[in-house]
Amino acid sequence: MKKISAMFLLMALFVSPLHAETYKLDTKGAHAFIQFKIKHLGYSWLLGRFNRFDGEFSYDEKNPSAARIEVNIDTTSIDSNHAERDKHLKGDEFLDVKKFPEAKFVSTSFKELGNGKAKLSGTFSLHGVTRNIDIEVEHIGHGDDPWGGYRRGFAGTTVLTLADYNINYNLGPASKQVELFLSIEGIRQ
Amino acid sequence: MSWKNNADGWGWTSIAIHWITAFAIIALFVLGLWMVDLTYYDDWYRKAPYIHKSTGVLLLLLTLFRLVWYYSNQRPELLDSYSDIEKKAAKWVHGLMYLLMFAVMLSGYFISTPDGRGIDVFGWFELPAVVLDIENQEDLAGDIHFVLSLILISMVVLHTAAAMKHHWIDKDPTLKRMLGIRS
Repeated sequence: MKKISAMFLLMALFVSPLHAETYKLDTKGAHAFIQFKIKHLGYSWLLGRFNRFDGEFSYDEKNPSAARIEVNIDTTSIDSNHAERDKHLKGDEFLDVKKFPEAKFVSTSFKELGNGKAKLSGTFSLHGVTRNIDIEVEHIGHGDDPWGGYRRGFAGTTVLTLADYNINYNLGPASKQVELFLSIEGIRQ
Repeated sequence: MSWKNNADGWGWTSIAIHWITAFAIIALFVLGLWMVDLTYYDDWYRKAPYIHKSTGVLLLLLTLFRLVWYYSNQRPELLDSYSDIEKKAAKWVHGLMYLLMFAVMLSGYFISTPDGRGIDVFGWFELPAVVLDIENQEDLAGDIHFVLSLILISMVVLHTAAAMKHHWIDKDPTLKRMLGIRS
């Protein structure tokens, strides 16, 4: 018994990088946001968001390049503040959420660029297509919260081309790409 | 012919409502099927749903009035030549069609209103939204609206076939009564 415990302890030491801290996205308190914007006809920005998602990240200040993150998005929770439009976006001409109820980002690398900036790379799965994307990340802050926890937050932006994800509905020449803005705050576990 | 019903036949009010409804249901069905595949830059992309929704609301109001009219008026007797099964079937099918009409119209209303936006009816007035706070209500209502519309239009086909049968095979005045022809 002692032997087995010692083995597990040893394994645990090898498996988990030293000092790596795991953070759970604070979706419960809604301190995490996945928002998108796309041009409407080229005349204005249309804004929307996904209301339901969850995820975890790990971050170690001494070894930031080991940071990783995984986020699962419930595509049925898309919300552009207009029910008829949301219905259209969830339908088979756009996200086809009956077939693809989940989108997912899994990081593969994290490179700090200094000044709190970083480049996060990973695979993004949406509408049945998985592609490598880069997210420009800014480390916003970290520290104790007033309620006994410890939090860390980042903001990220990336641009997706709809056709890359097999979304080919013609919204016009100015609306072929959608910008994502990710604001995530994690609570250290 | 009177504007009210009597024991022998329908008054012109009932007849007019019947044929307006028939035309509206078929037009709404075709328009609905067609409009959901319109592309964003199509001229009709905004116009078609606007007409569909406006007409649907007006049909809802007309059907509410129709019920009041139906129950506050004398109803023509079913023809003696009908068999017992025909009499029963007619009652059930008509009841089911009314139920389906309301269900289709209400489910359509619930597609457009979960965000609190009412339905603008041809710019004349707005039918206010009743917000139920059901998760993904617009999708659920949309699925129901679609399936029930298919069932309703099947009932319309059945109803039409029955009218034809009465007219051509049984050679009774069922269809003539709904056309206001007294024999």
